Amino acid sequence: MNRSFSAVNLIALTLGFAFLYIPILLVVIYSFNDSRLVTVWGGFSTKWYASLLGNRQLLDAAWVTVRIAFLSATIATVLGTLAAVALTRFRRFRGRTLFSGLAYAPLVMPEVIMGLSLLLLFVAIGLDRGFWTVTIAHITFTLCYVAVVVQSRLVTFDRSLEEAAMDLGCPPWKTFFVITLPIIAPAVIAGWMLAFTLSLDDLVIASFTTGPGATTLPMRIYSSVRLGVTPEINAVCTLLIGLVSIGVIIASLVQKRSIIERERAERLAAG
Amino acid sequence: MATRALGPVRRSFAPWNDPTAVPLIRFDKVTKRFGGFTAVDDLTLDIHEREFFALLGPSGCGKTTLMRMLAGFEEPTEGRITLGGEDMAGRPPYRRPTNMMFQSYALFPHMTVEGNIAFGLKQDGMTKGEIASRVEEMLKLTRLESFAKRKPHQLSGGQRQRVALARSLAKKPKVLLLDEPLGALDKKLRQDTQFELMDIQVTLGLTFLIVTHDQEEAMTVADRVAVMDKGKLIQVATPGEIYEQPNSRYVADFIGDINIIEGRITGASGGRVTIGSAEAEAPLTVASEADLAKDTTAWIAVRPEKTRLSLDAPPAGTANALTGTIFDIAYLGDWTVYLVQLPGGKILRVSQANMTRTVERPISWDDKVHLWWAPEAGVLLSR
Repeated sequence: MNRSFSAVNLIALTLGFAFLYIPILLVVIYSFNDSRLVTVWGGFSTKWYASLLGNRQLLDAAWVTVRIAFLSATIATVLGTLAAVALTRFRRFRGRTLFSGLAYAPLVMPEVIMGLSLLLLFVAIGLDRGFWTVTIAHITFTLCYVAVVVQSRLVTFDRSLEEAAMDLGCPPWKTFFVITLPIIAPAVIAGWMLAFTLSLDDLVIASFTTGPGATTLPMRIYSSVRLGVTPEINAVCTLLIGLVSIGVIIASLVQKRSIIERERAERLAAG
Repeated sequence: MATRALGPVRRSFAPWNDPTAVPLIRFDKVTKRFGGFTAVDDLTLDIHEREFFALLGPSGCGKTTLMRMLAGFEEPTEGRITLGGEDMAGRPPYRRPTNMMFQSYALFPHMTVEGNIAFGLKQDGMTKGEIASRVEEMLKLTRLESFAKRKPHQLSGGQRQRVALARSLAKKPKVLLLDEPLGALDKKLRQDTQFELMDIQVTLGLTFLIVTHDQEEAMTVADRVAVMDKGKLIQVATPGEIYEQPNSRYVADFIGDINIIEGRITGASGGRVTIGSAEAEAPLTVASEADLAKDTTAWIAVRPEKTRLSLDAPPAGTANALTGTIFDIAYLGDWTVYLVQLPGGKILRVSQANMTRTVERPISWDDKVHLWWAPEAGVLLSR
């Protein structure tokens, strides 16, 4: 394979990345704009970050969002891991294909439809919309992402490890906690990170399922942008981009490291 | 690395010949089916205390399934398994007095060598002091003292194998199950480990059940070997009996090299059976008390090392004297194997020990040779 970049490759790469990241870069740059006008550069300043601290509405929304993300990611991780275990372990139970199809459908389901159907459900059962309905909705749509990540790890999991534990006198439930879970932990953590960031920046489903007093940060940003973009919003977005990036990077690093470690162990085993 | 002579222990050990002996493990008409596939087929087998027993057969013959049923990972479809007089039906693996050494070793990657060995002891609720001293003992037994704090991925294949052994021995199980335990090791290490296993088995006085497809391994370590095929036991006997008195062509062919000549029985008298074969130019004689009707199809099996080979004809009247042409020669160092083609086209193997250090073989390609074997050297097989 030719490892050096040809001119065509280089241009394609530049254009691709420019297309993806120039809008985001603009937001980051303008968050440090001294001018009140969004499109006019008035010099470098961090004053919008300072004024952010005085904006109660935004801070409240951020706090609600983080709480929802933390709760929903945690519950989705527990449920998603259980679903992944069921899907990999019980190879042939009735309706397995249906179950796995159902578990992964939200990956491709339009968010509007999910939001709408959840709204209808909450109305039908008479649940007051607010913090908890958004949390439940987020559990529902992030669960399948966790299941996918954990299942991909379980597929390569050596079942004889569990058999060995049981053979040595360890009952099945304990085997899951002392053998299986510690070994698949990197994938579970990665799944949690993914669920957390997905919940953090969700707008559509949250808009459908929220109620009074539970406005999330993406919703707050969206509604204030309709009144005109302020540099303060740019600052919030920059912070959000940073948070999400860190989450995604940690998740992929954790998973990558476990893969590298496993490969090294396998190489040693072969050698 | 035997630390003491095993001869006196092993020579006098034969509980399977004692009709009053009560076996430790009993498979009673055990059948195991997976869907439409019968892995183990109506199998009955007794294994005695302190025995080193080998299940030998090609992959898919049911030997691993049989072992997994004893460990509790599979339940028999039919039949009963008793261990120490107790029926094992419905008893999960974590409540059976057996421990298994897995083919993949199945070491817990997130625990140290010590942690792996202590795992089973912790499940029994032993005190910290007891666990520590038992782990110490196991590390010493498997010569792993200096690796106690390492993780499995920091060990070589041979060291991991010893950790797996130490872990499965730590609980002093009534029966230790070994599933192809040495498959991943290279030949030299495998041979050393075989002797080590035998030594450990005698030292601890435990019952070992080993599953292997390697006939040499089974013959080396085991007191008795069971040769399996398609879920059935074909022959259960000591390694010597299996090799010298195979009960069928399947066993004869599976264990070592052998020449099998097909023919029809032409006569039987005075402990001698004669066979006429289209593959051999002269009638063949074999020492056998078998009472087979004239004209039934039978086979004579003779080992390559029990066949004589010479450029000169044997004295007149020698039994089983054939002639042939050297087809190929394989020099193996300790042995030379000659492939001899009979006039009818059949190729026989003859091996000769290289007693002197001559590089030149007196017998060469395309030489006309004479070969013969004593009637006692062959085995008459009826199946």
